[in-house]
Amino acid sequence: MNNTSDLIDRVWRGFLLGLMTLFVVNIGLMIAAVATSSFARRWLGTWLPEGWTTTWYSAAWKEFQLGSVLFVTVEVVLAVVLLSLLIGVPAAYTLARRNFAGKRALMLLFLLPLMVPPITYGIPLATVLYKFQLAGTIYGVILANLIPAAPFVILVMTPFIEQIDPNLESAARVFGARTGSVFRHVLVPLLAPGILAASLLVLVRTIAMFELTFLTAGSDSQTLVVALYYAVFAAGVRAPQSVDAMAMIYMGVTLVWLLIALRFVNPTQLVSRVKEHPQGAV
Amino acid sequence: MAAPAPLAREPFDKSLLLVAPGALFMLLLFVYPFLYGLWLSFTPKEGGALANYAHFFSTDNLWPTIGTTLKLALPATLINVGLALPIAFKMRLKTPYQRFVTTILVVPITLGTVLIAEGMLIYFGPKGWLAQFLQFFHIYDGPIRLTHNFTGVIISLVVSGFPFAFLLILSYITGIDPGLARAAATLGADPKAQFRHIYLPLLAPGLAMCFCLAFVQAFSVFPSAVLLGSPAGPTRVISIAAYEAAFELYDYSLASAIAMIMGGVQLIIVVAVLGLRNLFYRGPMVGGKG
Repeated sequence: MNNTSDLIDRVWRGFLLGLMTLFVVNIGLMIAAVATSSFARRWLGTWLPEGWTTTWYSAAWKEFQLGSVLFVTVEVVLAVVLLSLLIGVPAAYTLARRNFAGKRALMLLFLLPLMVPPITYGIPLATVLYKFQLAGTIYGVILANLIPAAPFVILVMTPFIEQIDPNLESAARVFGARTGSVFRHVLVPLLAPGILAASLLVLVRTIAMFELTFLTAGSDSQTLVVALYYAVFAAGVRAPQSVDAMAMIYMGVTLVWLLIALRFVNPTQLVSRVKEHPQGAV
Repeated sequence: MAAPAPLAREPFDKSLLLVAPGALFMLLLFVYPFLYGLWLSFTPKEGGALANYAHFFSTDNLWPTIGTTLKLALPATLINVGLALPIAFKMRLKTPYQRFVTTILVVPITLGTVLIAEGMLIYFGPKGWLAQFLQFFHIYDGPIRLTHNFTGVIISLVVSGFPFAFLLILSYITGIDPGLARAAATLGADPKAQFRHIYLPLLAPGLAMCFCLAFVQAFSVFPSAVLLGSPAGPTRVISIAAYEAAFELYDYSLASAIAMIMGGVQLIIVVAVLGLRNLFYRGPMVGGKG
């Protein structure tokens, strides 16, 4: 009896391990295939390409105007990170500390954009942005990307704020500090790790956010991921290797930031910490 | 330095103002476009208020997209949550390699659907490494068609969705007080019994939430359905229909109607799942006193 359950246990553990290995190995090989192709002179149905070259990278750089695309990406990402912190941190503070009428409705309002897929609200949003002639500009892209980013900052920051002893703020207020200086001298220094975590996560998510940027960007306000989509979509016109070179550049950019982010945050914070619907406890 | 506020009356808590920019922003850029879209969907280019919806449900390349999307999104979500649950359960204990394994499993999140699609076209393609490997060792000799069809989209949804489901479930599992499982263990419960009687009931809300979020992600599948599927046929999902209406026909009214239908279908599934979850245990997740 004990032996058989031991055996089942071992088989089950082996099965799980096999599953994980299969997943990781296949994804690793998938990335390796793109990498190989991006350095390949010519690669048609053989194990390895006939020769190696780095010219695809310079070709991709010129062909897809990666210089300006990267510049736009940096502008958009920085603006989104800064603005989402400015909007999100104070809001998270009030939501974490105060109780007021309509708090639940407000929480729901901040949770909804994370529960509704971007395409659904992206299309009405793009329509509105076109009406105000913001779509197709970099401002439209930034505004669109802020919609999931700001609530995300609120969700990530709330537990960090709850950890801070409210007595510290009270003490500061006793000595006459107003909300502004409480933030500057007490909260922000104490919240630094949380702010860092939130901004890195928003950064990684904004680089990878395809749908909203795709729906709102014009030809000179594309970010890297949208440019990559158009490159793959229009494949056949161009050498596949230069598309792959571009994909590698994209992956390099996200991976560097992800690895930096993972030094500061627990991986489980990468996804929104939606503990429970707002009508739940607390 | 300002004069201290009078103590006698506390008319208005100024820190409430801190939440105002966020609320205003969401109202302007999320609620207003949504309501505008809803209104727009009832004011079609021609016909009565419901003309767009009537058009959607009577056009052969529009209404079946609901079924197509569900046929992709539901299995993909079930696979993701079903695989993530046992693996996350295995990873719940703090071991030296817990962080390493979770990090490795996280990486695909950042690849983004476009990169995954491009990688899959090369790797899973008819002449890719996988096909070559299978044919070289004569594991499977027939033609290998894993891209530009239904299977390709499912694979890409699993690759991009599994890490998300895994992380979410892991954060729920690690949030459960391990003392409960230890208490069960002292009463003789093996890991299987602990899972069945302690973790599963406590996880029910988390699983429901995870299913919803994973489903919402899979439901809006767009890039992989275009790049890896056959967007004219078996993987013509509803987001493609909405995109075409908006940016190829420039019929924003119809596009808004499709977006609203999309949101409605999603909402039905989410409400159904959260309703199912109510059949399970409700209560605190921590042990100890009280």
